[in-house]
Amino acid sequence: MPIEIDISHVARLARLDLTDEELEGYRTQLGVILDHAARVQSLQSDPLHESAHPLGFVNAFREDERRPSLDHDEVLAQAPDAVDGYFAVPPAMESE
Amino acid sequence: MSLTDLTVAEAGAKLRDGEASSVDLLDSILDRASMTEAQVHAYLTIDREGAHEAAGKADADLADGIDRGPLHGIPIALKDNMCTRGVETTASSQILAGYVPPYDATVVQKLRDAGAVIVGKTNLDEFAMGSSTENSAYGATFNPWDIGRIPGGSSGGSAAVVAAGSAFAALGSDTGGSIRQPASLTGVVGLKPTYGTVSRYGLIAFASSLDQIGPLAKSVEDAALILEAIWGHDPLDATSFSGAYPDPGAGLDRGVGGLRIGVVEELAGEGYEEAVETGVASMVSQLSDAGAEIVEVSLPTFEIALSAYYLIAPAEASANLARFDGIRYGHRAEGATTEELMARTRGEGFGPEVIRRILLGTYALSAGYYDAFYGQAQKVRAAIQEDFARAYESVDVLVSPTSPTVAFEVGARTEDPLAMYLSDICTIPSNLSGHPGISIPIGVDGQGLPIGFQVMAPALGEEVLFQAAAEVERLAAFSDKPELAEVAS
Repeated sequence: MPIEIDISHVARLARLDLTDEELEGYRTQLGVILDHAARVQSLQSDPLHESAHPLGFVNAFREDERRPSLDHDEVLAQAPDAVDGYFAVPPAMESE
Repeated sequence: MSLTDLTVAEAGAKLRDGEASSVDLLDSILDRASMTEAQVHAYLTIDREGAHEAAGKADADLADGIDRGPLHGIPIALKDNMCTRGVETTASSQILAGYVPPYDATVVQKLRDAGAVIVGKTNLDEFAMGSSTENSAYGATFNPWDIGRIPGGSSGGSAAVVAAGSAFAALGSDTGGSIRQPASLTGVVGLKPTYGTVSRYGLIAFASSLDQIGPLAKSVEDAALILEAIWGHDPLDATSFSGAYPDPGAGLDRGVGGLRIGVVEELAGEGYEEAVETGVASMVSQLSDAGAEIVEVSLPTFEIALSAYYLIAPAEASANLARFDGIRYGHRAEGATTEELMARTRGEGFGPEVIRRILLGTYALSAGYYDAFYGQAQKVRAAIQEDFARAYESVDVLVSPTSPTVAFEVGARTEDPLAMYLSDICTIPSNLSGHPGISIPIGVDGQGLPIGFQVMAPALGEEVLFQAAAEVERLAAFSDKPELAEVAS
């Protein structure tokens, strides 16, 4: 049975501005996909160990050395808007 | 025989015999592309200038006695989710239209160091999310064997250029089968190496614990040659493997005498086309005749692998794709506040499949649902790894179809996401376990469409993987080529 989800809440969490019609379409499709995905709950036993890395890595360390970084101007050239060597955006906080 | 029909190994031999130059190889590829692209649409960008410069240098180096190895002077294509300095890289998304990376991915740098000539960037499902290369903001790619059908995906462009002869080989990326499934559907060899052996630095991330770069090639030997050039420890990738690497070419001529081959019981039955099952069964019996010991093996958790994958991969994608916010690169929509700008940029910049997966992943990770979905999926993932480990106590490699079906018709699954997801049912377990897998073409069905055979091996088992794959290739003796009409673009 399709799973019911609060699609507007999820879209808000994901910072996706979608129309009501789009939201309704995704709500229906995700319900069907999640119903299939819920089969993971049929696993009875707990596995002995959990690791996302097949070779069992937990962390990687390196020497704390200075290395050249990407060229500042070249990186900023890709930005939709840049001012005085910074990324430019509209106000992040609402004003009164 | 046209130059474009040559394998990497054969083209390399011609270069060293002085029978063809790298520029000749490149020109043959570009001529071929000018004929095939109007029908197949596999390239998003062809870098004529950069490729000619690299080919000219490869020829000059060889004349000076500088030989950089098997890929020296060979034209190779890249999936457009690998960053190329100075060449547009879009991941087939509107949100990255016009993005020109300021750096090369590690694999790109390694190919350049190996003397390879980078021809251009190939089409994919947006951010590698899809199994048909129809989810591209720049239009679908079509299968060279039948342009009314899809080439598989998400590395459909890379598979199609190799099948159509408009590149000698290509790199793809495989998160749930995105190298092996399109290789199967287009009659080429496709390899997903062991997780952590090929650097992901500069690969536009989809699901970081699953993504792996690998070759699509015309032969098993070519796939091994390319793997040797691109893999190795990279300090720029924190998940990169730093121990001793196997020798993938060591067993190519060894045959399968005494090799224990497990046939996966779960990867057959309902949903599998008859021609696919018959083809795979026939290959298994030939392997037995060639001296392999064949065992039926059950890996019960494979039944829920797809479900786990469609929680883990979207969960990681929802985090990885948070970086596309219209601030540092790519497309930007107008907004009165930063948050409005971000939400509008993302809403209009991402295509429907990407949005679907971001929503799915966000839900699976959200408060109240995390344990039931994402947490449980991670347990399934560990259980799959344990199933594999049990199987490899009694066999050396596992085999199955690569895809339950041959190439399907354009548009057949676009309205039904779940049906599309089922295309990857045979390939997903190896991504969840991090193990290597390879698809080898073994024949065609009644409609003349290619069938792929998958070999899987334990982590770092590339030597035995290639040993078995090479024998499959010899036994299949598959030499059919797609017949594209002579249409100039």
